[in-house]
Amino acid sequence: MSQRRDVKLRVNGIAGQANIDVRTTLADTLRDEFSCTSVHLGCEHGACGACTVLLDGSSVRSCLILTAQVDGADIATVEGLSDDDGRLHPVQEAFRATHGLQCGFCTPGMIMTVIELLREISEPSPAEIRAALSGNLCRCTGYQNIVAAVVRAARQLAHGS
Amino acid sequence: MKPPSFRLESPDTLDEVLSSLAEHGGDAKIIAGGQSLMPLLAFRLARPELLIDLTGVADLDHLSVDGTTLTVGALTTHRAVEKAAETTVPATIRSAVAHIGHVGIRNRGTVGGSLAHGDPSAEWAAVALAYDGVIVAVSRAGKRRIAADDFFLEPWTTALRQDEVVRELLLQVPLGLCGSAYFEFARRHGDPAVAGVCAVLFADPAGTVVQARLSVIGAGQVAVRCRPAEQALTGRPLDPDVLIEVSQFVVADIEPRGQDEDEHRHQIQVVGTLARRAVRSAADQISKVAQG
Repeated sequence: MSQRRDVKLRVNGIAGQANIDVRTTLADTLRDEFSCTSVHLGCEHGACGACTVLLDGSSVRSCLILTAQVDGADIATVEGLSDDDGRLHPVQEAFRATHGLQCGFCTPGMIMTVIELLREISEPSPAEIRAALSGNLCRCTGYQNIVAAVVRAARQLAHGS
Repeated sequence: MKPPSFRLESPDTLDEVLSSLAEHGGDAKIIAGGQSLMPLLAFRLARPELLIDLTGVADLDHLSVDGTTLTVGALTTHRAVEKAAETTVPATIRSAVAHIGHVGIRNRGTVGGSLAHGDPSAEWAAVALAYDGVIVAVSRAGKRRIAADDFFLEPWTTALRQDEVVRELLLQVPLGLCGSAYFEFARRHGDPAVAGVCAVLFADPAGTVVQARLSVIGAGQVAVRCRPAEQALTGRPLDPDVLIEVSQFVVADIEPRGQDEDEHRHQIQVVGTLARRAVRSAADQISKVAQG
């Protein structure tokens, strides 16, 4: 017999709610109830980082969070990054420009982690970038162009160029 | 996999948590940050009938210094400790905590959760042991103070009773002429430590060690304090011969946890190297302060 709860979440600025089985992870709730299919399930045990979202501004692995534990929280996913005209956020644009993705599966997790990183360190070195992204695994790119994307996005955000 | 079915309680008070634990015993598990428990649920290695969510209980995430005692509430996240001011949390503790997993894990994972989980590679175990830690555990029966030295019993097994919850960790933060360091080796950022060593040294104005605390994680069966190494350091000046002797004591004290002889040899080598580096770094800090 499953136990259910009503949970309120503000996702990408829009308030909403869902009735979920208490064992439902935040990742599954975001995908199934809030249409945030950018939240990818790579490993479902916190190792790959593909499910990374911002919870009240901090990066978290949404597959390791029970939805019922974060009632009332503010969530940011990749879906909320581009502006109303569809223009990409500088971090998204940088990933596009440097070919920092191939299959794209790890990319939303990478981007949300990068957003937090750049808030903390405005122009991180490649070593700092690799350390900060060590929890986000990519099987396609070899990471080189991902690091280039972060360097490019940092420059854009810091200097507008 | 998805977690198996369980009931979930989300109490507002510690009393309610403790009542529930007392009532349900081994059928219940506390969930806080979930960074260790959720993977176990995902693999269905844990199948508790009841999860008790601790995160709704107020006043468990304090971080404060009173004289030489640093109090870390059980729900304090690793990230909060990592980002704390130097005047609150010494650099060595912050640096040890920065080795825990990745940022996303440190944003949710809690000190109490790490201690209760009893991972032999847990950085918090190294810190608790090296800083004379006391774990304050509460249950419906009352409060119990457990010395870190008595807390880590076997891999994944602590001295906590089934009906107890970690409420806070008390650490003795050095004042006076002292140096400390934490060094760890892991294959990749965020991997469990192959080995980690935390050294805290107190010296007199002549540069002689009056007290040493040295803890090791990762390599042995459980996190340990290396008392023979500490005794070898005490009353001695800090010179290269002492460092080699110390690392030999540390290495002799470790019962390797690896799968085979090659892994044992590697762990022993890493522990010895890290012990020398940690003690040297702590000693250098003391020298600088003594000279300056």
